[in-house]
Amino acid sequence: MKKLINDPENVVREALAGVTLAHPDLVRVNIDPHYVVRADAPVQGKVALVSGGGSGHEPMHGGFVGRGMLDAACPGEVFTSPTPDQMEAATKAVDGGAGVVHIVKNYTGDVMNFEMAAELCRSEGTDVESVLVDDDVAVQDSLYTAGRRGVGTTVLMEKIGGAAAEERRPLKEVADICRKVNDNGRSMGMALTSCTVPAAGKPTFELGDDEMEIGIGIHGEPGRERMKVKPVHDIVGLMATPIVEDLPFSSGDRVLAFVNGMGGTPLIELYVVFNELASFLDGRGITISRNLIGSYITSLEMQGCSITLLKLDDELTALWDAPVRTAALRWGV
Amino acid sequence: MSVGHDDVVRWVRAFADEVAEHKDFLTELDSAIGDADHGINMNRGMTAVVGKLDGLADADIAATMKTIGMTLVSTVGGAGGPLYGTLFLQFGTSTAGKERLELADWAAMIAAGVDGVRARGKAEPGDKTMLDALSPARDTLTEAAADGSTLGTALAAAASAAEAGMKATIPLVARKGRASYLGERSAGHQDPGATSSWMLMRTAAETLADG
Repeated sequence: MKKLINDPENVVREALAGVTLAHPDLVRVNIDPHYVVRADAPVQGKVALVSGGGSGHEPMHGGFVGRGMLDAACPGEVFTSPTPDQMEAATKAVDGGAGVVHIVKNYTGDVMNFEMAAELCRSEGTDVESVLVDDDVAVQDSLYTAGRRGVGTTVLMEKIGGAAAEERRPLKEVADICRKVNDNGRSMGMALTSCTVPAAGKPTFELGDDEMEIGIGIHGEPGRERMKVKPVHDIVGLMATPIVEDLPFSSGDRVLAFVNGMGGTPLIELYVVFNELASFLDGRGITISRNLIGSYITSLEMQGCSITLLKLDDELTALWDAPVRTAALRWGV
Repeated sequence: MSVGHDDVVRWVRAFADEVAEHKDFLTELDSAIGDADHGINMNRGMTAVVGKLDGLADADIAATMKTIGMTLVSTVGGAGGPLYGTLFLQFGTSTAGKERLELADWAAMIAAGVDGVRARGKAEPGDKTMLDALSPARDTLTEAAADGSTLGTALAAAASAAEAGMKATIPLVARKGRASYLGERSAGHQDPGATSSWMLMRTAAETLADG
């Protein structure tokens, strides 16, 4: 294992110390329990958005804390859900009296920990609405799985929900906007390489030099299908077809196309992916009216990408365009 | 025959040692079908638990169980935190007011823990989870209590039942947790949660054999 670390045990803590030093104008960081809150929290009268999950997906979620997006992020250990006491402390730190939305990615650990946290917060009088993200079309949604995973749509939900909260919309409405994003967003990911959890010291799965894994999540968990690497034209087809067919997205739709790097893939390749995706969607009469290209929800140093499509209407488009000022996403301010 | 607070502490320390010793094995099992953190997380949690045991010398069994549960909830993370946390919190509720645990108390305690884990994880036996080790252990203890066997014999039988349940997870297709994303590909691997639960039952049998 080659990594820019001192001790695997201290990676999360030392990274948070770096965030504190780098972005004092945007965020405050609390250690033990670990959470990141926007510098001006709590914002009185505004619904607060709290998200969280394992570390290793940077810039998600800490890089999305700030005006127009998240009020707090709770980082767990690498690929491990944060704990209820962290989430409770973060929720209290940002509660401005208008209630708090918990954005929860649909993973067994995250769901159970956020569930316990919401129970704790409600028992102390804080109004909490939980919103689940489960947009990964690689997973069959059935009684026989833990349900679809929350992946790329999470980033879009945090931006759009954050904009709705910034407009001082009430708790129920902000939560419903978040749910609308989930209902209209679909994603799929793929990997060219595995990734190494610092504390584990070796790659989570083995992948041959000429192989790729289709339908991966964001935790180095293997996907559903392994095959020989193909030209990106074919790979985009393998990913975009199930996405488009699932919602379904149809001719005349306007979408936000989000091409995300998994952490180890250079931007030049992501633009190649976007080029292929644009022609794929053009062939189906689907218009890309907004886009986001870059590594925003990652899986450590994994090479690979995910594609997320979000069906847009005027409301979602306006909220996407609204000003945002965070370490990782910033426009309009 | 019965066990007191000191015995419970010995058991928990033995479980912590077992987890520490087999941390890499648990993580390896998890990397095959999950996300490669079960051993790391359980070891972090049990290390934190051991750090609190010295301060619990004067506590009763129920209070110690609750402290263990809350410590696990706040240090393990992942799915293991809420599940093992809930298990010990339920152990605490079930043993309230008891200075010593007889076989019937053990049967009731493990049953309460299993119910708690089922409710928290919304899983059933056969889903390839820790319940596949804990449910057979509960059944064995319940039957042993009805048969009037000794606690030591019953715990040994419960550990064997947990081991059989753990091994029976190998061919199963996971229906809960991250392993379920693999579908059919999850078959052929032993479930890490069932494995750590077997360790819990095995260390109970080993440390409390005289009970």
